[in-house]
Amino acid sequence: MKDSGRIVRIGAGAGYAGDRIEPAIELAERAALDYLVFECLAERTIALAQLERRHDPSLGYDPLLLTRMRAVLPACRRRGIRIVTNAGAANPAGAAAAVCELARELELAGLRIAAVLGDDVVEQVRHVGLRADDTDDDRALRPDEILSANAYLGVEPIVEALAGGADVVITGRVADSSLFLAPLVHEHGWAVDDWTRRARGATAGHLLECAGQITGGYFADPGVKDVPALARLGFPIGEIDEDGAVTITKLGDTGGCVTSRTCTEQLLYEVHDPRAYVTPDVVVDLGAATVAEIGADRVVVRGVVGRERPRELKVSVGYRDGWTGEGQISYAGAGAVARARLALEVVAERLRITGVRCRELRTDLIGMNALHGDALSSGWLEPYEVRARVVARCDTRHDAERVANEVETLYTNGPAGGGGATKSVREIVAVTSTFVSRDVVRSAVQWWTA
Amino acid sequence: MRTLRDIAHARTGDKGDSSIISLIAYDPRDYPLLVRHATAARVKAHFGALVRGEVTRHELPALGALSFVLEHALGGGVTRSLALDAHGKSLGSALLSLEIPEAEGSDE
Repeated sequence: MKDSGRIVRIGAGAGYAGDRIEPAIELAERAALDYLVFECLAERTIALAQLERRHDPSLGYDPLLLTRMRAVLPACRRRGIRIVTNAGAANPAGAAAAVCELARELELAGLRIAAVLGDDVVEQVRHVGLRADDTDDDRALRPDEILSANAYLGVEPIVEALAGGADVVITGRVADSSLFLAPLVHEHGWAVDDWTRRARGATAGHLLECAGQITGGYFADPGVKDVPALARLGFPIGEIDEDGAVTITKLGDTGGCVTSRTCTEQLLYEVHDPRAYVTPDVVVDLGAATVAEIGADRVVVRGVVGRERPRELKVSVGYRDGWTGEGQISYAGAGAVARARLALEVVAERLRITGVRCRELRTDLIGMNALHGDALSSGWLEPYEVRARVVARCDTRHDAERVANEVETLYTNGPAGGGGATKSVREIVAVTSTFVSRDVVRSAVQWWTA
Repeated sequence: MRTLRDIAHARTGDKGDSSIISLIAYDPRDYPLLVRHATAARVKAHFGALVRGEVTRHELPALGALSFVLEHALGGGVTRSLALDAHGKSLGSALLSLEIPEAEGSDE
């Protein structure tokens, strides 16, 4: 086999905003790494963060960012591991300033932190006549309903930050795969039109971005697919050579496993078209990809090819979409299911006769049909206990509260033996997407030095 | 009763209002069985009213895997859905309960 030169090693320190902390510490302290990447931004996180920033302009970044950085920064500094994260959410500059302050507190003088700006395009899209698609009530969004609009940036500003010597790069919305591809472009010097190598790097990012999901998380099925020590799941390490072949592995003394099965599941995860997986940096073709085990907890993915990147960037738009009100109550023992069904009927009738206005109403029997409906769950034995759930989408907070309350009133007005009622009301921040030309998106890098 | 769970594993993800479910043969020699029995039409019928849109199937022989896109399966998508499992993470488990013929051996 020909020599594919230097290997770049990237660890995944978080697969979502609330992820476990210790696996990243293990990687920072003990793994041979060049980079540690934290993916912390779900689809609507930025919209929620934007709301937070309106209350306090210094906020709007991931609330766990400083906890994570405090846990790994000293080891990363000592061992020369650079950090890339999208935990800047709606305020990468505020996040960078806060990390700079933390670095001074930790006496990491000279640490350089770069914030990637420019994904916020809300002013560019507010008045273009967006629609709330993917919904039953397809409608035009009023400009005042729109909370946020963030373009999925590609690797360019992160590469710029790394070339400028950043120890920590903090972004808002960029494509998850770009967080990983950027260090590879920087280290391996892949040209902007080297589509196949970029596609392989993007694939490495895609495999790593959900952290524990490739090392045995979201996988175990006892007796069928067993995974050792899920409570101590190790997070993945990607070793990427100059040709873009990626080997996935983990620290040997951590829980979990890296197998062709875990890697194949993650390779196809959330990929709409495996022969045209669109990222801002490249269109990835997984059609000829292969996955092979080459050692204990070592799997290599090869055969990915790439095509020219799209001309437009995807934009995620957050908007207000009313309120949900939800109530739940449980029944047990003989006749539990019949009493729970009666409870649902009573609530539905109460909502009708008291004139609560719901745009959408849903009732479930948790333990029976809540996940897959009546058809798939019919023919299974009735459970010992069942939980009635009523949830509605309403235009007003008041109506949402009335839905939740109607479940709670079952305590004293409903079927026998109803216990454990809970209720909740929350504002819905929904997300839709659109596309903008690359030309209207201007990214920039801003610097802090501890 | 033999089901897909006997020969394959699955992982479910979401994109907007679509659920994306991979179906991967434990033994690559069983991949043709997946192709034959886990057709888009059967999968759509299996999910019934849960999937309001089309079901598209992608074939990945080099991985011994199929990938299904179930459109309008998530009540408007994770940010709007009123479902208990708004991401549809549990849908792959339902796919694995799809029945396949008993007597057939794996073929090349």
